[in-house]
Parts: sequence; C-alpha cells; structure tokens
Amino acid sequence: MDDPLYWHRLQFAFTITYHYLFPQLTIGLALLIVVLKALALRTGKTEYADAARFWVRIFGLAFAMGVVTGIPMEFQFGTNWAAFSAKSGGVIGQTLAMEGIFAFFLESSFLALLVWGERRLGPQKHFLAALALFVGSWASGYFIVTTNAFMQHPVGYTADANGVLTIADLGAYLTNPWGLVQYAHTMVGAVVTGAFALASVGAYWTLRGEHAAAARVSLNTGVVAGLIAATLVAMPTGHEQGRMVAEHQPIALAAMEGHFESGPRAPLAVIGQPNVAERKLDNPIHLPAVLSYIAYGDFSANVRGLEDFPESEWPTNVELLYYSFHVMVGLGTVFIGWMALAALWLWRGRLATSRWLLWSLALAFPFPFIANTAGWLSAELGRQPWLIHGVLRTADGASPTVHGGSTLFTTLGFAGLYLVLGVLFLMLVAREVSHGPRALGAAPHA
Amino acid sequence: MEALWFALAALVLAVYVVLDGFDFGAGALHLFVARSDRERRQVLAAIGPYWDGNEVWLLAGGGVLFLAFPKVLASGLSGFYLAIFLLLWTLILRGISIEFRSHVADPLWREFWDATFGLASTLAPIVLGAALGNVVRGVPLSADGWFSLPLFASFSPSGELGILDWYTVLIGVTALAVLAHHGALFLVWKTDGDVQARSLVAAARTWPLVVVLIGAATLATRFVAPEHFRALAERPVALAATALAGVGLATSFVARRRGRELTAFLGSAAFVLGLLAATAASLYPIWLRSSLDPSSSLSANDHAAAPAALRAALWWWPVGLALAIGYAVLLFRLHRGKAQAAAEGEGY
Repeated sequence: MDDPLYWHRLQFAFTITYHYLFPQLTIGLALLIVVLKALALRTGKTEYADAARFWVRIFGLAFAMGVVTGIPMEFQFGTNWAAFSAKSGGVIGQTLAMEGIFAFFLESSFLALLVWGERRLGPQKHFLAALALFVGSWASGYFIVTTNAFMQHPVGYTADANGVLTIADLGAYLTNPWGLVQYAHTMVGAVVTGAFALASVGAYWTLRGEHAAAARVSLNTGVVAGLIAATLVAMPTGHEQGRMVAEHQPIALAAMEGHFESGPRAPLAVIGQPNVAERKLDNPIHLPAVLSYIAYGDFSANVRGLEDFPESEWPTNVELLYYSFHVMVGLGTVFIGWMALAALWLWRGRLATSRWLLWSLALAFPFPFIANTAGWLSAELGRQPWLIHGVLRTADGASPTVHGGSTLFTTLGFAGLYLVLGVLFLMLVAREVSHGPRALGAAPHA
Repeated sequence: MEALWFALAALVLAVYVVLDGFDFGAGALHLFVARSDRERRQVLAAIGPYWDGNEVWLLAGGGVLFLAFPKVLASGLSGFYLAIFLLLWTLILRGISIEFRSHVADPLWREFWDATFGLASTLAPIVLGAALGNVVRGVPLSADGWFSLPLFASFSPSGELGILDWYTVLIGVTALAVLAHHGALFLVWKTDGDVQARSLVAAARTWPLVVVLIGAATLATRFVAPEHFRALAERPVALAATALAGVGLATSFVARRRGRELTAFLGSAAFVLGLLAATAASLYPIWLRSSLDPSSSLSANDHAAAPAALRAALWWWPVGLALAIGYAVLLFRLHRGKAQAAAEGEGY
C-alpha cells in the first residue's frame, strides 16, 4: 500500500482510461460529421445538415471533456513518471510536442467555429471547420499512438551509458511499423464507437417515432459505418496487431491467450480462466491449432508458452491481461455480427420497423467504449513489466520524490471530480438526445 | 542550440501567460463587471473563441521543455507535485465552466458555473505566479537533480519554505493583479455598453494595485534572489525586456485614459511579456536553481536533451509555430470588432 509505484500506476491508469472515453467518441464522430456534412453539401438535403448539426453538439460536449481530462495527461508524464520522462524526453518529447503544436492548435482554434459558427460561416466554410477538427483529432491520435508505439516497440533511438535516450532517426521513429498498425487499429476502433453512437441515437428516435429524418440518417449512417469499421478493426488491423505482438512481445501474446505450455499446433482458447498458480487454463474451450495460425500463419507453428520464459519477465497481471484481451476480441466479434445483421435488415428495408433490432441498437452504445478500453488495457498490461519494452522497467520510471500518499490523495480528487463531470456530461447529452436536432437558428429548449 | 531552445521555451510560456492571462483576468472579474446573464454571455463571447487555443500554448511550452529539457520538466513537475494538480483542477473547472454553462438556460445552473468560472480563474493565476516565485527563488534540488517541497509549511519570512509561502504567494497575488488588469483591458477592447464601462473602472482600480504589488514583489525578489538583480543589470536583453515592461505598463495607463482600447491592451500584453522575458533573461542558463548547492542547479547547458534531439525538432517545430500563429491571426480577424452576447443556443 505504501509503494508509490502502485499508486502512480493506478492514477495514470484511471486518468488515461477515463480520458480516452471522450477522444474515442470525438475521433469517430469527427469523421462521421465530415461524412454527413459532405453529403449535405453534395445532395443539398437538409436532413444531412440537421443530423450533422445535432452530432456537432454532442461532439462539442465530448470534446470539452476530452480537453479538460487531457491536460492532466500531459502533465502526468512529469509529475508521476519523472524518471521515465527525464530518460526518454529526447525521443518521445518529439511526438508529444508535435501533438501540441500540430494537432491541439488546429483543433482548439476551430472548435468554437464548428460548434457555434454554422450561421456565421455558411455551409462551405463550416464544412472546412469540421474538416479541421477531423484532421486535428486524427493527427493527435497519430502522435499519441506513435509515442505509445515507441514504448511497445522502441525504434529509431540511441541510448547513452546512463540510459538516457535520444532520437537517432526521426523518420524511423515516426514510421514505427508497430505504430502504423496500432494507429490504424485504434482509429477504426474509435470509428466503431462513433458509429454505434449514431446508430443508438437513431434507433432510439425511431423507436419513439421522433425526428424521423435525422433518425433515419443517423441510424443508416451509423449501421453502415459501424459494419465497415467493425470489420476493419478485426481484418486487417486487429490481425496485423496480433502478428506484431507475436513477433515482438511473445510473452504478452502467451499471457493474452492464457497459453502456458509451448508447442506446435497451439490451440486458441475461446474461453477459460487462467490459473497462474498452477500454470494452466481452467475450463477451457479450445480451437485446435488456431493460435499457431493466427500468430504465424501456419497451423503447425510452435507458439511459445509462458513456461518458456522466466516469471520475472511475465506481465505483472496475467489474469487481467487475459480477460481484457478476451473481452476486446469477444466484443469485436459480436460487433461485426450485430452490425452485419442490422445492415442486412437495412438492405431489406426492414430495419426501421424491426423493434427488437432497434431496441438492441439503442442499447448498444456503451459496448464499444468497453471494447476500446479493454483493448488499451491489453496493450498496456501486455507491455509490463516494461515501461519502454526491453529498455526501461516500469519500476524504474516513477517519480523518485513523490510520496505515495500524495498520489493517492490526488487520485481520490480526480475520482470525485471526474464522477461529477461524468454525471453532468451524461445529463447534457441526454438533454440533447431528448430534444433532438434543431433547425439552424431555432430557439433552444429551456 | 541550448540557448535557442531555452529562449523558445521561455517565449512560448510567456505567450501562454499573455494569452490565457486575459482569459483568467476576464474570468476573475466577470462576476463584477458582468451582472446579468446577457452581460456574462457577452464576456464569454469575448473569450470563448480563444480560451482553448490560448491554453494550448501551455501544452506547447510543456512540449518544448519535454523535448529539449526533459530532466527539467521531470524534476519540476514531480517536485511541485501537489501544486501542479491544484493548477490542473483549476484548469479543468475553468474549461468545463465555459463549455457547459450555456447549454442549460436554468438560472441556478448558470450561477453555479459562473461562480466556478470566477473561482477557478482567480486561483489559476495565483498558482502560476507561485510557480514562477519558486523558480526564481530556487528549490532544494539535490545532487541527483530531484527535489520535493511541501505544499505549504510556514508563511513566516524566517520559517521553513514550501511551494506556497510568504514570497511565492506574494508573487501569486501579484500575478493575479497583473492578469486581472490585463483581462479588464481585454474586455474594454472587446466589449461595449455596461460591461465595457465596468471593465474600464476595474482596469483603473487594478492599475495602481499592479504598480504597488510589482514594487513589493521586486523588493522581495531582491531579498530572496539577489543574484538575479546582478544578472538583470549586466545583461542587455534583460534590460531591454525590463524597459519593454515599463513602457507597456505606462502605455496601458495613458492609452486607457485616452480611450485607445486596443493600444491599452497591447500595452498590458507588452508589460506581461516584458516582465517574463526579463525574468527568463536574468535566470539564463538556469532553469531551476538549487537552494542547497549552486552546482546542483538544473541549467540549459548541462541538462538539455542530446544535440540530435534538438536538431531534429528544428526541422518541424518552426513550421508548427507558424501554423499556430496563422490560426490565431485568422481567429482574431474572424471575430474582430466588439463581442456581443450570442443568441440562446448559438454561442457561449
């Protein structure tokens, strides 16, 4: 309990997990708003512009939450992980500074124009504001994922005798193969969140028989985008990500899969409970040889199990890693089926009248948040016990002078503050949803 | 190369204070200069388009420190741990107050966020000023370049030092007065009617306060960090910056009396920029002075990232800065003229 490292990990895990609930929504919505506004410009139909206007309001609320919960993240590198920052600033300082100067300035300058400026700017220029927010938020994602990719699979750096890292090849660092795959995987994961939000709200309005035009646009766009994005999350991006893990973090792969014993024709555990003490998977349902194929494209390939590696190199929480990974994969698979079904019904013209399917879609919006969170937990727990994989241990990265009690205190402060902000955010979003889209210049609700 | 990045980091942080400073000042004063809902929305319309972009300058400054002086960033942020979180919470509350307030028309909802906005905008400059006070006076850096300070210990000049003590709180209160004056002049420039009239009174009342507090802060600094005064007198850049601050302060007074709104605001901006530039120039090359042993101080020369990192960033950082300035110019042009309270549901 009085180990500061524990509290630093808990605090960062909590603040980053909470923070990323909002960017995943805005990253997804930014793309879908651009799509809706482009359709509005192209077709001249007001229903697209009205739907876009509604989603811009939601985007504005979520973006504000992302901004205020994101500021602490920048500082926590220094406050909580001072030793890591001092050693790695010569590398990751590049992308973190790039994020501020290339992405945040762009987003923050045009946010107010997007949210409030439709009448002032007119349709074309307002489309450009939406485009600026799209480019900014996707650039921000790139710089942050590239930073994380360095921690997962460090490239393009040199280290001196004291372990201080310096950028050696900026191009290699920015095109880290791990980073490009992870970026694609993360971004389409965010589009799933945004698409499910559209489909959920569209389904809710349809069930209530309200806002027919905006409901149809949101529902149909959400379902089509959701099917495309959910498919891309699995193939090719998720598959490629898995191969990256197999190649560069074989121990993490073994822990994610609950794979203790090495051997050829490694089975894939669909479910089961890792029993770390006895080094086996309890009550598993296995698909024979599938893990070998997924990891190496060959059913007879040898997949090394955890037993092949010293326990000091194992991820520090095998169980949580295993369950996070399985929750991510399980939900990701369900998403494809769910959206494929909805898309089929849409194609047959029966979606808008199929109440059971609309009900399920209306209740679907939380699940991509869970899947994205579980995905990041898999990535970050799989990286343990390393802070920078193979270079710096997490235990050696924490701030040397910060007392564990201080970190616990501020964690509790964040918990309280974020609880209040979360409740208010949900309340404001619920008000917007119940009111529905408004015509340009219409008086708002009280 | 280290000197260049020291100057760039100091410049970006100073620009942050000038820009977000008018948001803080307007926020700290808005409960007094704007009484009705319509008036408060006029204040929000004046700063609404800018506040988020202004805040990014803080992150950009942190980014420069991270890439060019990582040890300084790491030591400073972890040493000031609790104070940093205090600042973060005020920034969270400030931002969310602006963004959430006008979404609901209920008067109690709006009063709550107005009060929160005012309180957060008052506290943030005090914490930022106290941080500057700590940097100027020095912190107990040990030989390995780390330190930790209690959030507060004793407020007696002879007692134990903390992040918040008599000197740093004096600097904090001075910062609040300077930025309140700065924000008042911004509102004089960007608003009209009653809000402008009251902001004019606020600027007139805070100006003498600024003069007195700056005098007191200067005397106190001479007492706690005499070495800076010697450096200040010997360095032309520091002297020029001091002169800029003086001219700016005088301009803010004269131009305000003559009704030249923009000139008065720019005078205040020059004053803030000059103060911070003079401070940075007299500190150079020291980022964080050790109060225990001068050889433990963190300096730009000894604690910069390796030259390869500094060189790599020169390729892209100026491009990003030019873009950021371009956005800011575009934004000020789009919103030129007096800010009016937006129609319900059409703005802050």
